[in-house]
Amino acid sequence: MEHDPRPPGAEEPFQSPIVAPGYTFATLSDKIGSIVLARGTRYGWLVGFGISFSLLMLLLVAVSTLFLKGVGIWGVNIPVGWGFDIINFVWWIGIGHAGTLISAILLLLRQSWRQSINRFAEAMTLFAVACAGMFPLLHMGRPWFFYWMTPYPSTMGVWPNFRSPLVWDVFAVSTYATVSALFWFVGLLPDLATLRDRARNRPARIIYGMLAMGWRGSAAHWHRYEVASLLLAGLATPLVVSVHTVVSFDFTIGIIPGWHATIFPPYFVAGAIYAGFAMVLLIAIPLRAVYGLGDFITLQHLRNMAKVLLATSMIVCYGYAMEAFFAWYSGNPYEQYMILNRMLGPYAWIYWMLLFCNLATPQLLWFGRVRDSIPALFAISLVVSLGMWLERFVIVVTSLSRDFLPSSWGMYYPTRWDFATFFGSIGLFLTLLFLFIRFLPMISIFEMRTILPQAEVDDHAGH
Amino acid sequence: MSDEQKNSAPFGGQGHWRSLEELADSPQVREFLEREFPEQASEWNDPAGRRQFLQLMGASLALAGLAGCSEPLGEKIVPFVRQPEDLVPGKPLRYATAVRLAASTLPVLVTSTMGRPTKIEGNPEHPDSQGATDAFTQAALLTLYDPDRSKTVTNLGGIRPYSDLLGVIRDAAEAQKGDRGAGLRILTGAVTSPTLVSQIGELLRNFPEAKWHRHEAVDGDNALAGARLAFGEAVEAHLHLDQADVILSLDADFLGGGVGRVRHAKEFAQRRRVPAEGGSDPGSRNNAMNRLYVAESMPSLTGSVADHRFRLRSSDVEALARAVAAGLGVLGVSRPADVPRLSEADLAASLGVPGAQRPASVPGISEATLTAIIKDLAKHRSRSLVVAGLAQPPEVHALVHAVNHALGNIGTTVTFHAPLDAGAIEAAPFSELANDMGAGRVQFLMVLGGNPVFTAPVDISFGDLLTKVGLTIHLGLYDDETAVRCHWHVPEAHDLESWSDARCPDGSVTLLQPLIEPLYHGKTPHELLAAFTDRPLRTSAEIVKEHWSKQIPGVLTETQWRRALHDGVVAGTALPPTAVTLRGGLGAASRESNAAAGELELVFRPDPSVYDGRFANNGWLQELPRPLTKLTWDNAALVSPATAKRLGFKSEDLVTLNVGGRRVRAPLWILPGHADDSVTVHLGYGRERVGRVGKHTGFNAYAVRQSASRWIAPDVRIEATGKRYRLATTQDHGSMEGRPLVRHATLAHYLQHPDFAQEMEEAPPAGLTMNPPVKYEGHAWGMAIDLNACTGCNACTIACQAENNIPVVGKEQVLVNREMHWIRVDRYFEGEPESPGVHHQPVPCMQCEDAPCEQVCPVAATAHSSEGLNDMVYNRCVGTRYCANNCPYKVRRFNFLQYSDYTLPTARLLFNPNVTVRTRGVMEKCTYCVQRINGVRIDAEVEGRPIRDLEILTACQQVCPSDAIVFGDLNDPRSRVTHWKAGPRNYALLGNLNTRPRTTYLASLKNPNPEISRGEE
Repeated sequence: MEHDPRPPGAEEPFQSPIVAPGYTFATLSDKIGSIVLARGTRYGWLVGFGISFSLLMLLLVAVSTLFLKGVGIWGVNIPVGWGFDIINFVWWIGIGHAGTLISAILLLLRQSWRQSINRFAEAMTLFAVACAGMFPLLHMGRPWFFYWMTPYPSTMGVWPNFRSPLVWDVFAVSTYATVSALFWFVGLLPDLATLRDRARNRPARIIYGMLAMGWRGSAAHWHRYEVASLLLAGLATPLVVSVHTVVSFDFTIGIIPGWHATIFPPYFVAGAIYAGFAMVLLIAIPLRAVYGLGDFITLQHLRNMAKVLLATSMIVCYGYAMEAFFAWYSGNPYEQYMILNRMLGPYAWIYWMLLFCNLATPQLLWFGRVRDSIPALFAISLVVSLGMWLERFVIVVTSLSRDFLPSSWGMYYPTRWDFATFFGSIGLFLTLLFLFIRFLPMISIFEMRTILPQAEVDDHAGH
Repeated sequence: MSDEQKNSAPFGGQGHWRSLEELADSPQVREFLEREFPEQASEWNDPAGRRQFLQLMGASLALAGLAGCSEPLGEKIVPFVRQPEDLVPGKPLRYATAVRLAASTLPVLVTSTMGRPTKIEGNPEHPDSQGATDAFTQAALLTLYDPDRSKTVTNLGGIRPYSDLLGVIRDAAEAQKGDRGAGLRILTGAVTSPTLVSQIGELLRNFPEAKWHRHEAVDGDNALAGARLAFGEAVEAHLHLDQADVILSLDADFLGGGVGRVRHAKEFAQRRRVPAEGGSDPGSRNNAMNRLYVAESMPSLTGSVADHRFRLRSSDVEALARAVAAGLGVLGVSRPADVPRLSEADLAASLGVPGAQRPASVPGISEATLTAIIKDLAKHRSRSLVVAGLAQPPEVHALVHAVNHALGNIGTTVTFHAPLDAGAIEAAPFSELANDMGAGRVQFLMVLGGNPVFTAPVDISFGDLLTKVGLTIHLGLYDDETAVRCHWHVPEAHDLESWSDARCPDGSVTLLQPLIEPLYHGKTPHELLAAFTDRPLRTSAEIVKEHWSKQIPGVLTETQWRRALHDGVVAGTALPPTAVTLRGGLGAASRESNAAAGELELVFRPDPSVYDGRFANNGWLQELPRPLTKLTWDNAALVSPATAKRLGFKSEDLVTLNVGGRRVRAPLWILPGHADDSVTVHLGYGRERVGRVGKHTGFNAYAVRQSASRWIAPDVRIEATGKRYRLATTQDHGSMEGRPLVRHATLAHYLQHPDFAQEMEEAPPAGLTMNPPVKYEGHAWGMAIDLNACTGCNACTIACQAENNIPVVGKEQVLVNREMHWIRVDRYFEGEPESPGVHHQPVPCMQCEDAPCEQVCPVAATAHSSEGLNDMVYNRCVGTRYCANNCPYKVRRFNFLQYSDYTLPTARLLFNPNVTVRTRGVMEKCTYCVQRINGVRIDAEVEGRPIRDLEILTACQQVCPSDAIVFGDLNDPRSRVTHWKAGPRNYALLGNLNTRPRTTYLASLKNPNPEISRGEE
């Protein structure tokens, strides 16, 4: 049994291992599990959580004011009926794509490096979808009637308008949220059992025990687990593509120049992956530094994600180029004006900043030295996240502010409540994230075990 | 309008009952509640006071009863013991009355819903209205219900009963008797009421030394003085625009403002119809399209529809008047010597005018152009018209009269009659009052209406003069600048609460009858003047009727009186045209232009919304975008782009206007098409003592308006302050960006290429839609808007606001583009920024057959009706605003906040009961006045007949003075709207989007003089 357990060539794509050498099943479980069980509540965590929670309270104030007074506290107007609300919605839902992509698509593609990042990426997805899902409700003039958008058997016999992309959104986003949550929870089960078994006090044992739903690690459990995971992965995969496609329909079904474009679905999906990976990097880099997870989230992971960033950036920028090309090629004066207005109009600085963030900055990732530099990756991810937010601003606001009749053109200026809601939603996201890393294993313990060299079983051994 | 619907008000206001709530909220009750009982004890001593006390006790008991209920009770629960004959609950009644604005009176029909006036429409049977009204008249309703109107009689700020004031007047009159009234003065605004004139006359007979003065901030005194110069008597011109083939306006905005504006717009629009399309009267000679030349400083509505518009400083207009007069050989007007000589015989021959002279030079207008204008005028002898604006000096008016005389226009396109405003000729000048007050010769001053402290020329400082008078009594709608400086203030009854009478622009008298008991116990000037007689408690109704029973030979029968009330016109009262003869010697009136070239002039104009300041507390008017500037809630100093550049200012720079040492701070606004070296300011803003709506709006242009230069002030300096001031405009962008939005051509081009409008954009092939075609059985409502007739006057916007309970949102909300108007008037500039062409385009909901809004609403709150209306279901709307985003015409309006005021009692009286009041978070938009469609449908069904064409009038259509909007059934091949839409000028706005709008436009046509090159204007 002294041969290399890995098939020849398995090392090829990776210059370095995806988990540092020297771990056994037990030390690995200890290392990850102790963050939750043994480490306790540290000062740094408290500060981070405190800041996030303050932002969450800001959201509470902003939302209460909103419900009290109406959407007029925001900067939205006629012609720009959507502002930060929908920008934030699309931005968050985009960020929410990386988790499922990593869990489902990379699972199907047998990219084993994903295993150390998929747990928190999925959590991030869930939290981002929660943030995103909030905005369509908040942006309504009469949010207390939100349920009218769902097809429930009303006594008046009215149904939602199934021709409206907003109704499609309701289905797409709620389905996505449900499947993501299930996928995440099912994936957590073995680890919750591990935590239950290792918990040092009774309340923790009880809580983790209930959450583990009686997981005992029997072969039958593992079998069903595998089947369920595969099924959910199969369900989630098309969702990755469909959710953002449907979100892009909010715009493409519209008649407004800058919205009405066939390129939007693929370009939105690519943009979502782009934004999602940037956010995964933004979370992974501090986590691995603070919790000493460099052994599991290795440089190799960061490099891989950088490459995904670079690739999706190219797709997104192809989208930008095509928008300009179509405007010119169509010969449609309204489309042509739209693109000129983006480049030279009153919001031009946002367009050029968007190109700087999403087109120029990621080009640095062509250089290996940049991909190896953790600070550089962090900075680039930050810029890309901003860029993706700006992209939605350009699509939503710039298009609406100048459409067909120049008489009704008007500017949109966000108010402090717009910003409060936006930063508040970041607060919600971070609060959930902080709670997650405190109480749940942020890296999948059992899946990490499977990529330890010890887990490799000689195919011929039993025969 | 069926006669059943239009009723005369029962006598003595029997039909007007007062509600418990109104009674409990009345000033007296509050006055009573505010007082302590020991003070009340004094009232037991005098009988009148005691009676009032008992009344008040009753009302306060009613109040106590009301307080016990959870909801304040509306008037609707008070039952009639006997049902008045006319009143069917829910069925509105209409009464003929009139709404006055200074010397201008508009005969109207007011819709009264269960005893409360809810809508004003023009009186269709009166030639001065023909069913149309204007923005001021529409907004009168809001002033009626204004909660900031003054509500109590006050003496030095303390609340007093009216009976006290009557005692004061009686005593003061007694005291004046001895001096034959030498210390008594009456100050009024324009007086068009024959009853009031006779009352004042009676007063002056009783007090021979007393004097009547008249002050209006915006008056026609220059025109009357001009008439005196020209004809030797003060006569008022009455224009007959329907008779005029060629019109030259010298700084006159006869379509946008002034007396007779509604009639002018009607008559003008008749002559803008295209002959080939069979206008109103195809056989008549009046069918050819007219041609309008306008020379003016600030672009006006009249200028915006002109075929040729010349930018000229108001001070330079006189030069043009002289040049035209000289060119037409008007006696006595000579050509300045420095003009190079041309063969005058040739000119005279070409003009066909004997004695014609080569025109003198006019800044900015070439000689060829001038000659072309003169030729055009001369070619249309007796079918042309020259008009001068009220800001122009008397000399210009005199010249214009002479020119009209020379052209033989007098008697055809212009006639003359005695001034409508009797005060203009019978009253002593206002300056004389100021002198007398300064000299202490006035002991008793009665100010009947108006706000002279605010509107008087600044050098008179009327407020200070008031302190020198022993007793001052002010009658006014508001507790304003004048009220606070007078000893007594009496709330004035609004026109809709008053019995009175008034001369309409055509000279006939119309009666005003009240639609409602005075909400705040207001008094009319008639009642206040009756206080001087031995019957001080006579009501206005008695006074007016008594006056007319004396006027009419024989006995005034009840039938006659009711007929006059019903028709809105007193038969046989029209002013006869005055025959005029031109005096010679006009050349002697020649004088130099009053502002040197290059020097800045300042021109004062009445504000298109707040007028002279009287509408400052009217939210509808405040928020109505001013024509051309599209500014709301403020006035501004308007300058041309070149002047702003020369002086180094931008729009919204706060500057100081310095007129001979008097200064006022004003925000600057650059208006394309304004004359260079000229600044226009609008009067009426910057009120100090005003209700909640008018507070902190605009700057006070009266602060630099002096008696010597009431209209045009020469040599104004603009000083920088370094500050900025935000102005709220509803349209930031004035260019069409080369898009075929307003389609227009010259008449000549149109006659050769009738389909030009449809060729300007590629229409999508029919049937290019995924949706199956819908067949509209029954009715298919549609609208057409004739851009050739539209003058951009905004009446439609405000009529729609009144009809559809559209809220006012305030300056802050307008600044963030949240105004709520369902129909807006888009204004586009085209061409050079210095002298652009101006286009107006009213934009209501297009009611698209393939509506982008319906497609995207997630809850199906906007859906199509079986008659093709794009319905908006407020109850179902959840407010995603997706429909507004997807509307290419951006006509949808959203209640971002709670804009409608449900709580204000007077606001609830104002609401049209047939239109839902929208809550926050709900989208709204034009419905084609669906409540009116259904109202007519019910009537037709009850009568068992089909709906007739033009029986349904949308609010915008009904109000339109130029008949630019037509609405009707597209399934009816004989309807007018079908006829209009069949014409070649018809086009769909953004037609290539394939939204198939039901509202379409008729392209605009200009009729330029081919001899004038267009680059020159």
